[in-house]
Formats: sequence, C-alpha cells, structure tokens
Amino acid sequence: MKSIYGFVHVREKLMRGLFLACALFSVVALATITVFLLANGLPFIAEIGLGEFFGTRWAPLSDTPAYGILSMLVASLYVTALSVLIGVGIGLLTAICLYKFCPRWLVSPIRQMVNLLSGIPSVIFGLFGMTVIVPFIRDYISPSGVGYGILSSALVLGIMILPTIVSVSLDAMQAVPGSYFEGALALGSTREQATFRVMLPAAKSGILAGVVLAVGRAIGETMAVIMVVGNSPEMPVSLFQSVRTLTANIALGATEMKGDPERALIATGVVLFVFTLLLNTSFSLLKRDKTEKDDRKSRRKGKNSTPVAPAKPGSAKEAQS
Amino acid sequence: MNISVRNCNLWYGDFQALKNINMDISNREVTAFIGPSGCGKSTFLKILNRMNDLVDGCRITGSFHIGGVDIFDKSTDVNLLRKKVGMVFQKPNPFPMSIYDNIAFAPRTFGVRKKAELDRIVEDSLRRASIWDEVKDRLKKSALGMSGGQQQRLCIARALAANPDILLMDEPTSALDPISTGKIEALMSELKQELTIVIVTHNMQQATRIADKTAFFYLGELIEYDTTEKLFSCPTDRRTENYITGRFG
Amino acid sequence: MNSKRETGRGSRTLFSGLKYLCILCTVVSVAALVAVVFYILKNGIGKLSWQLLFGEYTGSAVSIFPAFIGTLRLIVIAVLIAVPVGIFSAVYLVEYMNNKGKLVKVIRIAAETLAGIPSIVYGLFGYLIFVRTFQWGYSLLGGGITLAIMILPVIIRSTEESLLAVPDGFREGSLALGAGKVRTIFRIVLPSAASGIVTAVILAVGRIISESAVLILTLGMVVNLIPSSVLSPGTSLALDIYYFASHGYPDEAAATSVVLLLMVILLNLLATGLGKLIKRRQGE
Repeated sequence: MKSIYGFVHVREKLMRGLFLACALFSVVALATITVFLLANGLPFIAEIGLGEFFGTRWAPLSDTPAYGILSMLVASLYVTALSVLIGVGIGLLTAICLYKFCPRWLVSPIRQMVNLLSGIPSVIFGLFGMTVIVPFIRDYISPSGVGYGILSSALVLGIMILPTIVSVSLDAMQAVPGSYFEGALALGSTREQATFRVMLPAAKSGILAGVVLAVGRAIGETMAVIMVVGNSPEMPVSLFQSVRTLTANIALGATEMKGDPERALIATGVVLFVFTLLLNTSFSLLKRDKTEKDDRKSRRKGKNSTPVAPAKPGSAKEAQS
Repeated sequence: MNISVRNCNLWYGDFQALKNINMDISNREVTAFIGPSGCGKSTFLKILNRMNDLVDGCRITGSFHIGGVDIFDKSTDVNLLRKKVGMVFQKPNPFPMSIYDNIAFAPRTFGVRKKAELDRIVEDSLRRASIWDEVKDRLKKSALGMSGGQQQRLCIARALAANPDILLMDEPTSALDPISTGKIEALMSELKQELTIVIVTHNMQQATRIADKTAFFYLGELIEYDTTEKLFSCPTDRRTENYITGRFG
Repeated sequence: MNSKRETGRGSRTLFSGLKYLCILCTVVSVAALVAVVFYILKNGIGKLSWQLLFGEYTGSAVSIFPAFIGTLRLIVIAVLIAVPVGIFSAVYLVEYMNNKGKLVKVIRIAAETLAGIPSIVYGLFGYLIFVRTFQWGYSLLGGGITLAIMILPVIIRSTEESLLAVPDGFREGSLALGAGKVRTIFRIVLPSAASGIVTAVILAVGRIISESAVLILTLGMVVNLIPSSVLSPGTSLALDIYYFASHGYPDEAAATSVVLLLMVILLNLLATGLGKLIKRRQGE
C-alpha cells in the first residue's frame, strides 16, 4: 500500500503553501498601506506641529504656506452627520415599511430595485447632484444664492447610502424570529406596536451595524461630494456655503502638488485612514459583542445535553475540515 | 482482506470514545455493528479508512492491520488506503455533477484517463450496484435529480468504481424508504461474494437479515462479537440481551 | 383602569402615525432613486452618438472610446490578481484552518479593515507606491493593482460564504474515495461553490467600473489617448464622467452616465442569471 503517487504529497504541500501565501496577501497589503501612509504622513505632522496641522487656515501654495485641515475635518463631519441623518432616517423607515406595512407583492420588486440601485456608481450621483440638486437649492432654497455646499452634499450622499441602509436594516429585521411578533400580538399589541416596540429593538444591533457602514461610506466618499460641495477650504458656518471635505482635499490636490503641500495631503489621508480604522474597530466590537452574547446563550443551552454531545463528534467536525 | 484490530483506544479531547477494542473481521463476509447511539460503532468504522484523521483533537492508540498491512504506518498512503477501503455514508452524498462523472471520479483520481476504459468502469460499477438499467439512458444527467434510494446505490457504485477490497457502510439505509432499503440489502448479499462488508446499523432486523457476524457496542466498549445467529439467539452478556430485546437503546 | 386604556389608545395612534410616516418614507426613497435613474436616462440617451462612443478623440469632438479600452484593461488586471488570490485565501481559511485559530483571526481582521478603507485612501496609496516609489508614472497597471486590493475583501468574504455552504458530505465522499485534499478542493468543493463565486466576481467587476476616486490619483485621467500598454496612463468611463462634468461637457457627461449605468445594471442581472444557470446545470 506504499504510495506510488509520491507527487501527490508534493502537490498537497505546494498548494497548501500557495493558499497560505494568498491568505497572507491581505495582511501584507494592509501592512504596506499602513506603513506607507504613516511613514509619509506622520513626519510631516510632527514637523509642523499638531496645532498648525489642526489649524483653520489651508493655503499650501501661498508665500506663507499654512496646512491647517480643521475646516475640512469639520466639513467632513457635518456632511457625514447630515447625510447619515437623512439616509438612515428615510432608509430605516422604508425598511420598516417594507417589513410589515407594505403589500406583499410590492416588497420583492422594491427590494430588487433597491439592490440594483445600490450599485449605481457614485460619480453618477455626483452628476445628478451637480445638475439637479445644486441648481434647485440655489434657486429655491438657499438664502445666499449658493447651491454648492453641505446641504447639497448631504442630500446626494443621503440618497446614495439609502439602498445600503434599506437592505441591511431589512435583513436585520427579517432575521428576528417571527414568533416574537406573534407573541406580541398575542399579548394584545397592534401590528404597529409589535413592530416598533418588539421587532425593531430586537433588530437593533444589525441596524446599528448598517449605520456604521453608512457612516464609513459617507465620510469616505469622494467623487459624489467633490462635484457638489464647492471645494473652498473654509470653515463651515452655513449649510449653503462652499466648503471642502477631507476626501475632496486629497482628490483635488494630490496630482498637482509637490513637496510639502503633497505631504500635507498624505497627512490628510492619514487622518481619514485613522478615522476609518476607529470606525472599523467599533463596528467589529459591535459584532463581537453580539456573537459573544449568542455564544453564551448557546453554551447555557448546551449544558443539559453534554452527556450525549460527544456521541458523534466525528461526523460533525471532520466534515468541516 | 482480513481486518485485525488490537487494543484500540480513541479519544476526542478528554472524552474516551473507544475502550480497548480487539476484533478480527474476516474476508468476504458481512459484519454488522449494532448498539445505541453514541456507543462508538461509527467512530470505530471510520478508523478503518482513517476518516478520523480529519477530526481535531482525535487521538488513537492500538494496532490496526488490513490484509497484514499496518494502516497507521508512516509508509502507508492514506489515499490508497481509502481506495482499498471504500465507504458509503448515512446520507447519500452524490457530487453535484453528472452520474457518469460521479462514478468516474475515483478512477480519474487514480490516473485513468482513457475514455474507453472509463466507460467500461462506469458501466461495470453501475451494473455491480444493480442500478445500470435505471440510469443507462441518463448518464450525463445530474446525479442530484435521482431519488434518495437511487442516490445511495449510486454512491455504492461510486465506491465500487475505486475497486475496493472492503466496503464500509455507515447506516446506509437509515435515510431511505423500505423498498430502497430492500434493494440495498439484496445488493449487499451479492457484493459479499467479492468483498468484505462492514455495516453500522440501528436496525437489528437488518443485522439479522444480512450479517454473517454481528458486534454489539456499548459506551465505547465491544461487549459481544459473534455469529449473528448466536448473538441474537443466545447472547452471553446481559447488556446485549437487554439491548436486543429492546429494553434500552 | 380607564386612564390606562386611554394611554394604550394614545400609543396606538402614535404608532399608526409612525406607520404612515414609514409609508411616506418608502415613497420618498423609491421616488428619489427612480428620479436619479430616470433623470440620467432622459438627459443622456438623446446625447449618445457614434462619435462619442467609438469615434476618435479630437479637439472639436470628444469620445469615450479610450475610456472603454482603459476600463476593460483595468477589469482584466484587477480580476486576474484579485480573483485567484481572493479564492485561494478563502480556501485556506475555510478548508485548511476550519475558520478557527489566531491566524484566521488576523487575516479576517485585515480583510475587514481593507474593506473599510475609503477609496480615496487607496488612491493615495496607489499614487505613493506606483507613481512615486516605483516610478511608473500614472498607469493602468498601478490603477488595476490598487483596484485589485480594494475588491479583494469582497471576493474573500463571498467565497468563504459559498465554501461554507458546500455540504460536508461532498468533502467526506471525495476523501473516502481516496482523493487528496487538493483534488477534493479543485474537483468537488470549488465547482460546488461556483455559482456563489461567479456572482461575487461579477459584482466585483461592477465595483471596478464604478470606481473613480482610486483612479483619479493613479490613472492620470488622460481622456484623449488610447493607452498603448498597461504602463500607459489612461482613463475609465467613471473618470470620464467626472472629467466631462467638470470641464464643461454636461451632455457628454450625461451620455457617458447612461453607458455606465447600463453596464452596471447589466452586470447585476448577469450576476444573478449566471449564478442561477450554474446551479441549474448542477441539478440543484
């Protein structure tokens, strides 16, 4: 029974190595990105000092250059907060409607449409904003007669993140066991009460994850914003004023600047990167929290059945290998 | 080929699933393993083609010889061992491909490439599993479109295509209806002319119908092992008697 | 007793009101999304012309033909890198590591983090490494590799899910027939997972053609030249839209949007359709 197919073993080893190398690619890529950004960005921040870097004046090409990104940081936060408010507000309520209050036959077509629309390129949303929303705001809403700005950007981004919010929240609510709903009805709740008081809280961790996702998309979005936000690096004081976000700052300048201004942009990228890392961490903490709770629950349940449990560990486990 | 097992112990982590089992299984006979769930009979079966190798934290001691060869020896190729010792599972598991490709999978694994030879092996294996007449017109169709009983016989044919000396069957009929079960039992009696069959079953009537020898497992121990007739008519151990008379299990 | 019932009724009215608000929101969101699509189609379709699609880019007449070529090359480069690496990563995580252990955790965290990085930061990275450090200048290859890293987490994640959905019986069956692990993976597990993987790859292609922020920093946005090699600078359809919109060609921007939109929708339909087709052929 000695192997005459020795090459099989060599092949197994080689392929395993190849699979491992591919699996490590993500880690290497992430490490490279982190190192490149930090190595290029942090020294610059250290050089000019945190105070200057988080100052309000951004004038990299003037005779007395200043590299303060505070106004853009604030603008980014404003745009993100407002767009998430719009997107999550409308998206979540839409998801609730699709979940319980909408005629059955309408749910699937709307859902498919929403899924399809979640793939629309952001630059198209930008174009829509530039040619429809900005003129509309300029002509009918803005007191200053400026259409570009935070409100336009927030509206464009709000529409853009809608599909994501709807899908994620609907998934989260549909994952809640239907028996909760029936239980609530059995206690005399109306359909509406059961939905808002029972199903919605039960799905909250999934919905929260969707919100975090939306925040990440909104703060990181470049093209849709760059086309409607106006791009003046000024401290935002009004919804109708041309401002610039961190992402727009990078996209506008990186291809044209050299030397210190370029390093300033990389440092801007570092700020954005750190921001998304924080967001990611909170996202995974959120998820971990949930799975741990689930684990604990199942472990408690499992206790009674331990004497039987080892009966067939073979079939259950080996299968996965 | 004879199977000979000495001092077999097996642990899953800290849990000892098999305790000091000694057993000889003779060539061209049907041997049945019976016992309540969790008694270790499936685990023991899976040692014989080393499917337990895949389980995390599984530790085995003892000596295991098939046809005189130590199956855990360093020089033993586990893939060739599994070719020699075929296995049929509790739930029919045809691959999501055509009937033909299912049967041809093992020969192709071991280097058969010629179309004519593959055709011959496929037809031969399907005939041996007495399913040829039912499927000969749809060899290119997906195996997943067959009924459960047909799927299980296809899996037997697939195992036969590797030309094994021993066939291990892990409750092969527990998921099937009585008619399909009957067909598979008839098939086993035919197959034992040419190979050794070891079957795990929950069904004591099945053991009496098809097995030449029967082994009773309980809580990881081999309690009694004898000819089927003797084990069911005058068991020597109280636990065997209690089990076969239906007092537990 | 009486007041309690009153409260109940109050809450009922409140929630009924909320229900109508929900319905209103649904109408608003559906209307907003339909408006975007409708507006783009209405404004763009009339502006489509042979010159714009396949003509030569001259001073007087623009064309998106160079963008077609650029987009196509970007897709090929990114897919050639990300698909094998992504699938093999998932194979390692699921088939070899059983989705358990420290290493798996590290890889998973890395992939999740990659998925959360904004595309402009990818662009900045691509610029730093390919344009600056490697001295390639703006190039399709640099842009394509950056895009590959960007879609990698998506491919890993969906391949993992498809692999986990493959019944363990298939793996056991194959191993019990004497097939080795590698043969089991390539002949049984991956083909069984094919429908999910194919869908994921097509959706990833959709992301590639939608992306513009990465490319603005790595590709050079050279809209008028057909790239001669993978190391040439170039443009993509999405970049062209931005270029046209910001350089005074609103009609061309709208028309290009129609093309891009149709491609994205087509890819989406193709993804579901092809996934279903593969499943049917396997007889499920």
